[in-house]
Amino acid sequence: MCWSRSHATNFWAMSQTLSRGPVSGTAVKAGSRRRKPFLLDLYGTAVGKKYVMAITGIMGIGFVVGHMVGNLKVYLGVVEENGELVYDIDHYAHFLRELLMPILPYGYALWILRIGLIAAIVLHLHAAYSLTVLNRKARPVRYQSARDYQVASFASRSMRWTGILVVLFIAWHLADLTWGWLNPDYVYGEVYRNIDASLSRVPVAILYIAANIALGIHLFHGMWSLFQSMGWNNPRFNKWRRSIATGLATVVVVGNVSFPIMTLAGVIEYDETAVTHSAYVEADVVETETP
Amino acid sequence: MSTTLKNLTLKIWRQDGPNGAGRFDTHVIDEITDEASFLEMLDILNEQLIENGDEAVVFDHDCREGICGTCSLMINGQAHGPERATATCQLHMRKFSSGDTIVIEPWRASAFPIVKDLMVDRSAFDRIIESGGFITAATGGAPDANLIPVPKPVADAAMDAAQCIGCGACVAACPNGAANLFTSAKISHLNLLPQGQAERYQRVENMVETMDEYFGSCTNHGECEAACPKEISIDMIALMNSDYRKAKVKNRKALSRT
Repeated sequence: MCWSRSHATNFWAMSQTLSRGPVSGTAVKAGSRRRKPFLLDLYGTAVGKKYVMAITGIMGIGFVVGHMVGNLKVYLGVVEENGELVYDIDHYAHFLRELLMPILPYGYALWILRIGLIAAIVLHLHAAYSLTVLNRKARPVRYQSARDYQVASFASRSMRWTGILVVLFIAWHLADLTWGWLNPDYVYGEVYRNIDASLSRVPVAILYIAANIALGIHLFHGMWSLFQSMGWNNPRFNKWRRSIATGLATVVVVGNVSFPIMTLAGVIEYDETAVTHSAYVEADVVETETP
Repeated sequence: MSTTLKNLTLKIWRQDGPNGAGRFDTHVIDEITDEASFLEMLDILNEQLIENGDEAVVFDHDCREGICGTCSLMINGQAHGPERATATCQLHMRKFSSGDTIVIEPWRASAFPIVKDLMVDRSAFDRIIESGGFITAATGGAPDANLIPVPKPVADAAMDAAQCIGCGACVAACPNGAANLFTSAKISHLNLLPQGQAERYQRVENMVETMDEYFGSCTNHGECEAACPKEISIDMIALMNSDYRKAKVKNRKALSRT
């Protein structure tokens, strides 16, 4: 065993011993806690933070499943809409902005969903960060010999890293296909064209495939873990929890990975002459400017 | 029929005190019967060490029949060693082979500071029990055994939880140093029974929040369940997680009436 490591870790051993308060020997607690607002109080404990991880995780799962299913519309190709030939995925993008249109103005419903997702990501990251700090403090001196894990899976042990990869990918993905900064051939509203332009680049296609595998690994553990964190445990459905997580992770990965592969294979290929109405750009401008 | 194991190399963590540096010391056991328990093997090593004028290895042990929860030891990276559902005292040398190298470390967690060598202070568990691991029972003559009917499945589930011997293997095995399995077992064995209902929600809130002061958080690896000498299920953790939420709401409502 390396000597310098023992010395370095010993500093922590010392500080941890000194920081432990005197043992009272009596049942403490009663009346000692400040009253905080209910949700903050709940979020103050590790179990409460795990509820937040689970609930924001469910929101994220809802999004990735919806996003994948919606994107399957690229395979529907060109459809006829109001007498115009248009790529179905382009029409779908426009439809998302028209959600709940008589009740909410154009684009509002989509923004409400986006704000919900942004809040979920921020909370998921904050809870994960705080719990990681707590866990590091709970074992400042690591085992000095190799651990022999019995059941912890690669997925469960790499959640932090797959999570970070997914967040970085989301940022890249937005810059590529939502803002168009990283897509040299980007045209606002022409979804099919942008997908083809982006994923035809081999390094980008590989990036999308790798990121989605990381997402799948994250979901494989996260989807199972959330049942335990929320305390959703019942002998009648416990045996289904693993299958649900595995099935869902597989469906999301297979669906999402198909897009770069099918683009490289030429199944998804933009054809300017196939459409009579390229996108809804003009329509968007008109509708947003009309009071 | 017993056989003899030869030439075992032991790498044992030695640490002079809570603030000592600590190091692995290597000892060789030339011969030992495979019928010896792991702790008997350490006893024999200690006799050798004492005869040679060296200091004996300090380790925790008591009943040596797997029911007291005093023994510990991280053996080859596994809490309580390679035998499933077994405390270190019930682990026998027949699980090892001649020529093996066995690495022995203490439990490692900030809540379990090392006292000396392989012995750790597990009194953080007592703090959790103090905060709610009890029921308020009327004093006086012992009540009739079957005065309070308990359905059989409930009694069985409570007994499964009550098997916890508080050894700390769950914390030692957890990659996060969390005590959720211990705490949830101690909560559940009372919360499942009618006798535990009066303090149910107070118990959950207090024990979970006391646990929080000392230990890490659960990420559902399941290592605790695999290491537990009593095979306590992580279903207990789910039970605790769902009860904690109810407790926060119910206790708040109850407090507002005082």
